[in-house]
Amino acid sequence: MPFKFNRNDLHWLGVIAVTLICLSLQSEWAWMAKYPKDLILPISDWLNVIMDWIVEYLGWFFLGVSWALEWPIKAVRFVLNALPWSVTAFLFCVVAWAASGWKLAAFTLVSMLYMLMIGYWSESMNTLSLVAISVPLAILVGFAFGVWGFFSDRAERIIMPMLDVLQTVPSFAYLLPILMLFGFGTVVGLIASVLYSFPPMVRNTIVGLRGVSPEIIESGLMSGAKPGQLFWQVRVPSALRQLLLGVNQATMASLSMVIIASIIGGTADIGWEVLSTIRKAQFGESLLAGMVIALMAMVIDRVTAGLAARSGDYDPEDKSFAQRHRYWVVAALGAALFFVLAQIFGTLNVWPRTWEFSPAGVMNDGLTYVVVNFRGEIETVKKLAFFFVMLPAKIGLQGAVSPFTWGFDLTLAHKIGYAAVVFALAAWAAYRGRTNTGIAILIFAILIYFGLTGMPWPALLLICAVGGWKIGGRALGVGTALGLGFIVVTGIWPEAMLSVYLCGIAVLISFLLGTAIGIWAAHNDTVSAIVRPFNDTLQTMPLFVLLIPFVMVFKIGEFTALLAIIAYAIVPAIRYAEHGLRSLPSNVIEAATMIGATNRQMLWQVKIPLALPVMMLGLNQTIMYGIAMLVIAALVGTNGLEQIVYIGLSDGDFGVGIIAGIGMAIIAIITDRMTNAWSRKRQEDLGLSIK
Amino acid sequence: MKTPTGDHTDVKLSCRNVWKVYGSQPEQFFDSSQGRVEDAHKHADAIRDADHIVANADVSFDVHVGEIFVIMGLSGSGKSTIVRCLSRLVEPTAGEVLLDGEDLLKKSDAELIDIRRHKMGMVFQSFGLMPHLNVIDNIAFPLKLQGVEETERYAQANRVIELVGLEGRENNFPKELSGGQQQRVGIGRSLAVEPDVWFLDEPFSALDPLIRKQMQDEFLRIQSKLHKSIVFITHDFQEALRIADRMAIMRDGAVVQIGRPIDLILNPADDYVREFTQDVPWERILRAEDILDGAAKPTDDLNKVAAGTLVETLLPALAEHEKGVIVEAEDGSTLGVATARGLAAALAGGCAPSSTAQEE
Repeated sequence: MPFKFNRNDLHWLGVIAVTLICLSLQSEWAWMAKYPKDLILPISDWLNVIMDWIVEYLGWFFLGVSWALEWPIKAVRFVLNALPWSVTAFLFCVVAWAASGWKLAAFTLVSMLYMLMIGYWSESMNTLSLVAISVPLAILVGFAFGVWGFFSDRAERIIMPMLDVLQTVPSFAYLLPILMLFGFGTVVGLIASVLYSFPPMVRNTIVGLRGVSPEIIESGLMSGAKPGQLFWQVRVPSALRQLLLGVNQATMASLSMVIIASIIGGTADIGWEVLSTIRKAQFGESLLAGMVIALMAMVIDRVTAGLAARSGDYDPEDKSFAQRHRYWVVAALGAALFFVLAQIFGTLNVWPRTWEFSPAGVMNDGLTYVVVNFRGEIETVKKLAFFFVMLPAKIGLQGAVSPFTWGFDLTLAHKIGYAAVVFALAAWAAYRGRTNTGIAILIFAILIYFGLTGMPWPALLLICAVGGWKIGGRALGVGTALGLGFIVVTGIWPEAMLSVYLCGIAVLISFLLGTAIGIWAAHNDTVSAIVRPFNDTLQTMPLFVLLIPFVMVFKIGEFTALLAIIAYAIVPAIRYAEHGLRSLPSNVIEAATMIGATNRQMLWQVKIPLALPVMMLGLNQTIMYGIAMLVIAALVGTNGLEQIVYIGLSDGDFGVGIIAGIGMAIIAIITDRMTNAWSRKRQEDLGLSIK
Repeated sequence: MKTPTGDHTDVKLSCRNVWKVYGSQPEQFFDSSQGRVEDAHKHADAIRDADHIVANADVSFDVHVGEIFVIMGLSGSGKSTIVRCLSRLVEPTAGEVLLDGEDLLKKSDAELIDIRRHKMGMVFQSFGLMPHLNVIDNIAFPLKLQGVEETERYAQANRVIELVGLEGRENNFPKELSGGQQQRVGIGRSLAVEPDVWFLDEPFSALDPLIRKQMQDEFLRIQSKLHKSIVFITHDFQEALRIADRMAIMRDGAVVQIGRPIDLILNPADDYVREFTQDVPWERILRAEDILDGAAKPTDDLNKVAAGTLVETLLPALAEHEKGVIVEAEDGSTLGVATARGLAAALAGGCAPSSTAQEE
């Protein structure tokens, strides 16, 4: 049935018409191209006034809290630094052994020896001491909120959006208010890390408590449990695995935030080491220090994940005391032994300077050699990506195509040709009954031609709001319009578009490339086995560290940021694509096989359509990861909202930083809701359920 | 062997006009009349028309002391809801639940906890075991909640473990056990507090057929020792026949028929009940006392059999002796004579109407 338009399509055609009108009028009406300065609401100024007031009149309270929190940090820091390295290393190995077995213990030992050898022991211990205080706090706060949300629906409705904001507002944005309230020092890192790491604990607590099977609750009730008993002896133990997963996520989040928080300096920890060496362009050193963070993250992740996985294993009680408590016994005896030995042999107490060995110099030389000798190739790669991908997306074909960049001028003939091809494609799609595809082609073509920054804001706002409405219903449409409206009236729209452009390209590439790899991995066990450890490593790596190799080769700039974002955001795309394809209902695959589908037909007509909702969840995660990395990428010189946040932090301008931060959170939340809503809709249509 | 007559006189648990309605305002359909309505059917339809869900409609039955009362129904018939109303895991919308003559629905939360701790035990379809506790701790869990001393608790748990046949498994965790063993733990836990009333909600439905039969035998063995008052839920008619003293068949939240299995088979209340009774193996249900032939006179040359003898074992004798066999009660008195004609008559009573029903 060629050319069938329903109301939906007419709405979209209307949107396109309005967009074209806006485009043609923007030279007449300047306010369309650029939101007028006079109308910008001075919200950031108001926020600064409020903040100043709070600091002035309530400052004593926060400083008191800060003072109280300083003590435990100092204590742990003192203990970790004072203990002989052999004792600390041994205890960590025992914990790893208890959590997951001797392999992890060996890995832990190697990691700790690496820290010692490179000479970053005390920095590592300083980071650990901050994590050691922040994690219990985050778990406590997270568990409390989780329990509250579990018992009260109203509380949950308040808590959940709060968590969204805490997790999507870029971390740099809330470092500053904390700094202003709690004063300079390690406490800032602690508070920031607690704020950032308690949300996953809340989520896992709610999910875990909800997930306890009703029969277990009923059997608890029928056993005569009082409300308190039901909670502590039935619900909590049954939800333990999920709770420990929450602990795992909270710990990882805490570590990454502690590292990020070191940007304010004065902490003498490993994150500061990475940052200061990057700033001094000592890439060898920063890579070595970054490795420490990566190793630390991997060990902590495996240990806490191991504890969660083992939470279902219990020792049979017919064994002896020593057997049942073997980990404690080994830990106590071993620690005592090493402590005594350390008093006798100084080398077991403090790692001798002469044993330290840093290949940083060699690495720097090697890097210099590569950069000097392959300068031409590196520059070519950068240029190609910039002229043919990044620039068109940023300022559009109309600006990007010039004799200098593409080798020719954009003549009228070119323009007419472009328009003709686009219309032909869209019309063909509509003729085949795929009006949605046709509309998508039109909108995409307009975007590419004029560029994100060349689009009048009312048109883009309209496109997004209608998109939200069509995908997720009226509430999402209105929410999208309001959120983007906030970005417009606070005057950060141009920067927001720069963020969207950079992150958008990175996400698109990550998603396409990642999905391709995921599809391959789903059909080939060897590929899957090779890809998995890479994914695990990339995912546990604190964001900071990912920047280092790219900065080393490509120097600072948007291209480096792009590569770093892709490196991080590609992980969920791969994972979800593989998971989606591997967990398809086998009866459908068998049916398709018996009908006689070829491999190609099977993939494109059966597997991918069915796995699409899961892949869309992957896209959702890809976007979230992309935005998270974008924030960090501000360090290597980007121009979007993330840069404003960063500048706000370094200038001490609370209002500006927080507004930009909220802007980023708005973009993140809108895209999250849209992709989620789409995925859910598809799932329901297909009658699938996704775990 | 259980007594088919089930002459238990004292009522242990009584369910009177219990309704359970889900929806926005379920109370609006009931005044203070304790769920008694003139026409339950009409009332239920009216509630459904008002966009509410009727899970139980005017359910009434008595469970006698020491009796196995089976509630049988297909999924969605409201059988799981009614057993939860009896234990107040689900709050009935209207009606009365009398335990030893006292209305359970009027009890405070504290009283209810006390009743559950001492008078009730419940077994669940998917076991509902605490994953973090081993076998002995799972069984002793109700005692632990009551604050019973550890030594006493374990002594009691060990007695129960012996009863349910889990010796040697004390230190295993639920996930290390097979389904049958897990349900033994569930049974053990429900018996640990020595309850008067024992609820079993489809206890064997999650088990495979062979294990299921074993567990039914085991269950009957335990009951022959303990003589609990039992409410047993199942969707399996054969299972109901095997174990029930009396049974209720439920449909759309209401009770269709209550009676001894044999009553249901011989006199099904409607076509719905007949659907179930059609395929029953008669020879394994009917007993000598059910096929008495009023026309036949006992004479000295006839063989004698006990009243509870299954027809299955009686068939050769009936085929051989035209005049039948004498049926004796437990005390040795003569009840009457069972003949082939009597058997035919009994079968005709149960079968004849169903053939017409099929023709319709």
